[in-house]
Amino acid sequence: MTESTSDKIPVTVLTGYLGAGKTTLLNRILSEDHGHKFAVIVNEFGEIGIDNDLVVGADEEVFEMNNGCICCTVRGDLIRIMEGLMKRKGKFDAIIVETTGLADPAPVAQTFFVDQDVQDQARLDAVVTVADAKWLADRLRDAPEAKNQIAFADVILLNKIDLVTPEELREVEARIRAINPYAVLHKTNRCEVPLSAVLGRNAFDLDRILEVEPAFLEVDDHDHDHHDHSHGHDHDHGHGLKHYHDEEMQSVAFQIDGDVDPHRFMPWINLITQKEGPNILRSKGILSFKDEPKRFVFQGVHMILDGDLQRDWKPGEKRQCKIVFIGRNLNEESLRSGFMACAVEPQH
Amino acid sequence: MNDIDYDKSLTAHVAEIPAGDHVVAAAFLDGAPALVLANGEIIFPGDNSRRIAAHPDGGIIVATADSRRIITGGDEGRIVQTTADGATQELANEGGKWIDALALRDDGAIAWSVAKQVRARDAKGVVKSFEAPSSVRGLAFMPKGYRVAMAHYNGLSLWFPNITGEPETLKWAGSHLDVIISRDGQFAVSSMQENSLHGWRIADKKDMRMTGYPSKTRSFSWSSDGEWLATSGADACVVWPFQSKDGPMGKAPKECGVRTPKVTQVAFHPKSPALAVGYEDGWILLCRLADGAELLVRRTPEGTPTTGRKRAAVSALVWDSEGKRLLFGAENGDAGLLTLPV
Repeated sequence: MTESTSDKIPVTVLTGYLGAGKTTLLNRILSEDHGHKFAVIVNEFGEIGIDNDLVVGADEEVFEMNNGCICCTVRGDLIRIMEGLMKRKGKFDAIIVETTGLADPAPVAQTFFVDQDVQDQARLDAVVTVADAKWLADRLRDAPEAKNQIAFADVILLNKIDLVTPEELREVEARIRAINPYAVLHKTNRCEVPLSAVLGRNAFDLDRILEVEPAFLEVDDHDHDHHDHSHGHDHDHGHGLKHYHDEEMQSVAFQIDGDVDPHRFMPWINLITQKEGPNILRSKGILSFKDEPKRFVFQGVHMILDGDLQRDWKPGEKRQCKIVFIGRNLNEESLRSGFMACAVEPQH
Repeated sequence: MNDIDYDKSLTAHVAEIPAGDHVVAAAFLDGAPALVLANGEIIFPGDNSRRIAAHPDGGIIVATADSRRIITGGDEGRIVQTTADGATQELANEGGKWIDALALRDDGAIAWSVAKQVRARDAKGVVKSFEAPSSVRGLAFMPKGYRVAMAHYNGLSLWFPNITGEPETLKWAGSHLDVIISRDGQFAVSSMQENSLHGWRIADKKDMRMTGYPSKTRSFSWSSDGEWLATSGADACVVWPFQSKDGPMGKAPKECGVRTPKVTQVAFHPKSPALAVGYEDGWILLCRLADGAELLVRRTPEGTPTTGRKRAAVSALVWDSEGKRLLFGAENGDAGLLTLPV
């Protein structure tokens, strides 16, 4: 009885450290004339109040699942609220989950992959993180939650840019990119972005994991950089952007020209995500399996992996494999050698 | 019900009811069928069909009923009692907060929860409150004494609203959803987030694990003699034996109504060892426990591009007290009433 993706209600998760501008963005989304009806799950009533939208209070109860997976936590309150919302399906066409400033996005995201009832009815669209241009650099130093939220994001709104100098802006942007080069980044004041920048992203949809190139390669000095993809550079070459290395949280990406052996790759990726799951926040990849005409794509949240064969490799398209991990204290060399060992042709 | 001919379909004896919205619960009030809808209405189908706006400013999330009253909890925070005459009465108001769980006692006492907050209102209207260790998903009155069982993270709490002091706890790691108590008050059973049931013999807190479900169990029903517990969540109705003092410990359950779609609702016949079983594709079967004989009550056609209708899960299923009529409703607003041929 599973419904197709298009029938599932899209869910946008809104995160951001205290005071970054989450409520501003939420009110913006709700008040804009867009013809959508939202169900909004908030942790505090009062600050928003829009007619015609369903507003539900949440308690951010994080539960461990009894499935032997130590990092497999879910939001129990969210499962309960989703069950109630599904009885009132006709009242809304999208859901926004606002988290507290101190929340870890992982349990929210994992709820949409772990609970079958939720998964049958709704799909995670994207994790959107609002960051304060003036204070983010400080928070990245003293607040692990802020770092998690940046690392986890599919879309980052670097907000309140009028409060910083262009140099400070480049600095904070470089700090963000050191942690998460893959999120789409918008520089804003008062969270002024088109709705399409934060809604309908399909960031967890396997069909949409088209590129795993870092977005920062095309960053320039314009105020808005709405690049969804870039072309064929190695991510080590940051153009015109200071390059930082975050001591704790980083992203690593590897590439293999040609095919991998699925009988080596699948056990390896399962082992890595089981073993390193608590440290790996997000992962994604596009792979070329030997003798397989279709591309294999996967994405993961901690230990939870979602993967499938997708479209055919196009004629003339270069068959290659790329994987990306964003996480804490990642052992780049061991990941690299493990991945390279999956290659059909020896890599150099 | 031994006079029922198990070789014949019952589909011709079902009267369709266009309920129009997700059916949350079904009941017979003073013998009259009533359907509780997610849009806040309660409908009394039939010759003098009526629609009652029990929650005019909200939707109904949870409901429970006996033969005299329906109690509904809304997403606007109200708890409303509706009787057969169509009269509604607000029993409580939690001011905009969702009512998460409800339970009803024979004498009209009710219990409800809003996140961690659990309240019990006795038949005279006296309300007592208790804060559970985490959000409460399920509530049930114990058969003896004025006592409420509540399901939450890591187990159950058994609370005497009129006695101060810590409630007794039954522990098991994980998130517990619904709770049900055996007729004799000896056993408590909860459904869990991890697609299993957990049971306790209350006297010695001995654990019983009832596993193997492919999805969550959200519907339970006791046989009329209290010796069998029917459960939803599998591709058959799974029926656990509770005849002995050890309950289902070390015993295999019975299964009936095996189909590929999963069971969503179960309702034991009030007089005979037979069951109505509702499925996620909208089908309903009547199954005899002894030999698994089946009778078709409802078959749903595949949706067509022109109708655009999809098969929807059975979401409410209830017998009248005589066991002569079966009322059902589905998530898409379809409903019906089976009257057994005499």
